[in-house]
Amino acid sequence: MKIALSTLAGAALALGLIAGPAIAEDQGIIVYNAQHESLAKEWAKGFTKETGIKVTLRNGGDSDFSNQIVAEGAASPADVFLTENSPAMALVEAAGLFAPVDAETLAQVPQEYQPSTGKWVGVAARSTVFAYNKDKLKADQLPKSLLDLADPSWKGRWAASPSGADFQAIVSALLELKGEAATADWLKAMKENFTAYKGNSTVMKAVNAGEIDGGVIYHYYYFGDQAKTGENSRNVALHYFKNQDPGAFVSISGGGVLASSKHPKEAQAFLKWVTGKGGQDVLKTGTSYEYAVGKDAQSNPKLVPLADLQAPKVDPARLNSKKVIELMTQAGLL
Amino acid sequence: MFGDRLVDDSRLRFDPPEWHIAPLPPAGGGDPAACLMQSTIDMTPARLPAARMKERRPTSWITLAAALISLVALLPLAFIVWVAIQTGWDTVAALIFRARVGELLVNTVLLVLVTVPIAIVLSVALAWLTERSDLPGNRWWSWLSVAPLAIPAFVHSYAWISLVPGLHGLWAGVLVSVIAYFPFLYLPIAAALRRLDPALEDAAAALGLGPWRVFARVVLPQLRLAICGGSLLVGLHLLAEYGLYVFIRFDTFTTAIVDQFQSTFNGPAANMLAAVLVVCCLFLLALEVMIRGEERYARVGSGAARKQQRARLGRATLPCLLLPAGVALLSLGVPFVTVSRWLLAGGTEVWRWDEISLALGQTLFLAIAGAVLATLAAMPMAWISIRAPGPLQRLLESCNYIVGALPGVVTALALVTITVRVALPLYQTLFTILFGYALMFLPRALVSLRASIAQAPVELERAASSLGRSPVKALWSTTVRLSAPGAAAGMAMVALGITNELTATQMLAPNGTRTLAMAFWSYSGEIDYASAAPYALIMVAMSLPMTWWLYIQSKRMAGR
Repeated sequence: MKIALSTLAGAALALGLIAGPAIAEDQGIIVYNAQHESLAKEWAKGFTKETGIKVTLRNGGDSDFSNQIVAEGAASPADVFLTENSPAMALVEAAGLFAPVDAETLAQVPQEYQPSTGKWVGVAARSTVFAYNKDKLKADQLPKSLLDLADPSWKGRWAASPSGADFQAIVSALLELKGEAATADWLKAMKENFTAYKGNSTVMKAVNAGEIDGGVIYHYYYFGDQAKTGENSRNVALHYFKNQDPGAFVSISGGGVLASSKHPKEAQAFLKWVTGKGGQDVLKTGTSYEYAVGKDAQSNPKLVPLADLQAPKVDPARLNSKKVIELMTQAGLL
Repeated sequence: MFGDRLVDDSRLRFDPPEWHIAPLPPAGGGDPAACLMQSTIDMTPARLPAARMKERRPTSWITLAAALISLVALLPLAFIVWVAIQTGWDTVAALIFRARVGELLVNTVLLVLVTVPIAIVLSVALAWLTERSDLPGNRWWSWLSVAPLAIPAFVHSYAWISLVPGLHGLWAGVLVSVIAYFPFLYLPIAAALRRLDPALEDAAAALGLGPWRVFARVVLPQLRLAICGGSLLVGLHLLAEYGLYVFIRFDTFTTAIVDQFQSTFNGPAANMLAAVLVVCCLFLLALEVMIRGEERYARVGSGAARKQQRARLGRATLPCLLLPAGVALLSLGVPFVTVSRWLLAGGTEVWRWDEISLALGQTLFLAIAGAVLATLAAMPMAWISIRAPGPLQRLLESCNYIVGALPGVVTALALVTITVRVALPLYQTLFTILFGYALMFLPRALVSLRASIAQAPVELERAASSLGRSPVKALWSTTVRLSAPGAAAGMAMVALGITNELTATQMLAPNGTRTLAMAFWSYSGEIDYASAAPYALIMVAMSLPMTWWLYIQSKRMAGR
């Protein structure tokens, strides 16, 4: 067995030697990216072009990455963490795993798009919308509030993607604004009323096809599809809840540098670039259609201006993803 | 004797289709006499005085290695038990006995209960038409009934969802599952039909049974092992599949585990769902052992079996042709049409060669490295199962099969949690993902290897020993080399599995990894179906040769 084992070990070693360069060649900084892959790729490309620092993206979702970083602790291979929503950032921050963001970077973003702690910073923003099928719903039939969707009259008529961090962020805002009991009740009613899809694009596609009247998603899926062929959004219109309704929640996508990063300088530089002119311009001119959050940065002119959305005031650092998962699991949504 | 071996083999295994091909590929071109000799030679070690041989032979070392590998293979199972104990009964009960788990259980059970019988009926009908009737072009139809295997299940689903966008729920799940998995039943059933001795049917007919009753009372019972094995395999795939059911919005345990993983990483909720899924798998395994029974299926009597006669379809030919044609249309035509449509719609733009070649390279690398590792790990077990069979060996071997039957998501979840909590240096490394692949696909390597070791005469090992080689060297210069073809076949099967693997790869992959399946999944998740199409095409193109090889092997086994 000694020889069998050493043969095995030798083979494994040889594999590692061949594979090491194949998969793990100089990776530069490692970004755990929960943002849309295409957006993060553009950021990485622009940053590498300007600074020569290589960026390796590991793609995943907000919640799995945040929990993963917590599980990895100080040994996390990640240098930077980018999310679509704030709750995941709050989770990592609560575990004390973020290094403070450079002051220069923080100065590039207005106060309202960053947590008071300065442990991470907003890199983009997205608005909750009710995307509906124009042939099935008239303007006066639209829900006035997100809470209306709990009404039995909406049974079987709306969709969402409960397994995604996007929707979970919306629930976390609801939890922060209306409290635990009201949220639990709303989720229970949701379980009765709604139809589950996997992914917001899929929700919009179903709305477009008339499979369902409407769905709770974020705004940019619509604009992204319109810019391409429009084949999944032709019959779709967006309804903004406004009035500081929980359904008018604007979710801040965050970026942070891990305290355990082995390349803190490069990681900070990346975050600075993303929140700076280069990174924010990608949001304006690219295909992501997410809102830019940098000072003086412009969002794509096709979007309803961020200032007009009448979003409720929610401190992003207080969004509690753990509780949300717990409530959603209890309601049988997960 | 030949038949005896076949029955004996199948009793030990949990039959994926490729395993049906495993017993004794024709060393003597399928000549029963050669095979008879072969098995007589294989019997010898058991009759030799073991004590005298012991010190000269590496049995104990190899047994130890096999035991070690089997123990390591049990890690994921042990881990789930450990998590359950750590979580505490109250939390476990709260996570398991809730309405959502009930829903998932109903979905999963209904899916298996509806899909498997339909797949059985379809496969038996197809196999009979292609093997036992004079259906025009039956060789073609036979290949077309195996070819859907080359298309990953999630690509089937992707094809259907782009054709019928509203497709969802149980019946959609059943439709796509039957189409994607029926070849797992067709292959063993067709192989079994091919080697039936027509004398039994003649006897039944001579005793006054009509053709339908002959089929029901003589032919069908002889297909029992093939049907049981194939059904088990289909059932296990139904439990383990993720991508297929996400497309058509049908929640099973596996999709729910991935949802929980995405929401909480390695939280107890995901692990407890995994525990229920493991129980379902074990239940299927046990059920198959019970239904399979202990009957003898081997032919007795002297001489070779007469060649089977094909039934004349006559006027029924045309309606009968509709069945294989319809199945081919649904299982091959639909993916072909949709993938081509997306490729046309996408034009040259979707062929991002830098991205594609990187994904292709990484997929090939992982597939080959994983196959090598799985084969190396299977060697000790395969060797003792031929050279030193016994109760211990059976126990160890069944450990390997049980782990191989677990869904990838369960194995991956266990490995992620183990490496994060106790073996952090191994976390997200190439080693861990290859290790995961080896655990998942070990049975495939094992079965092929076992068959070819059985054909390597033990006398050669002894001769080498008596010429002064150390035990391991003796083994290396004789049996290991002679079993190379079997090892290669096993590797091909493992590589095929790895190429189309999605869930475990996503969870375990080292940073910077992007396989073909991952790229396909990522594009189709953003409903960029056109960009996903090239990846689907490449995966199918890579799988086709191996599927063809499977098909040829199953033909060769019947001596044709």
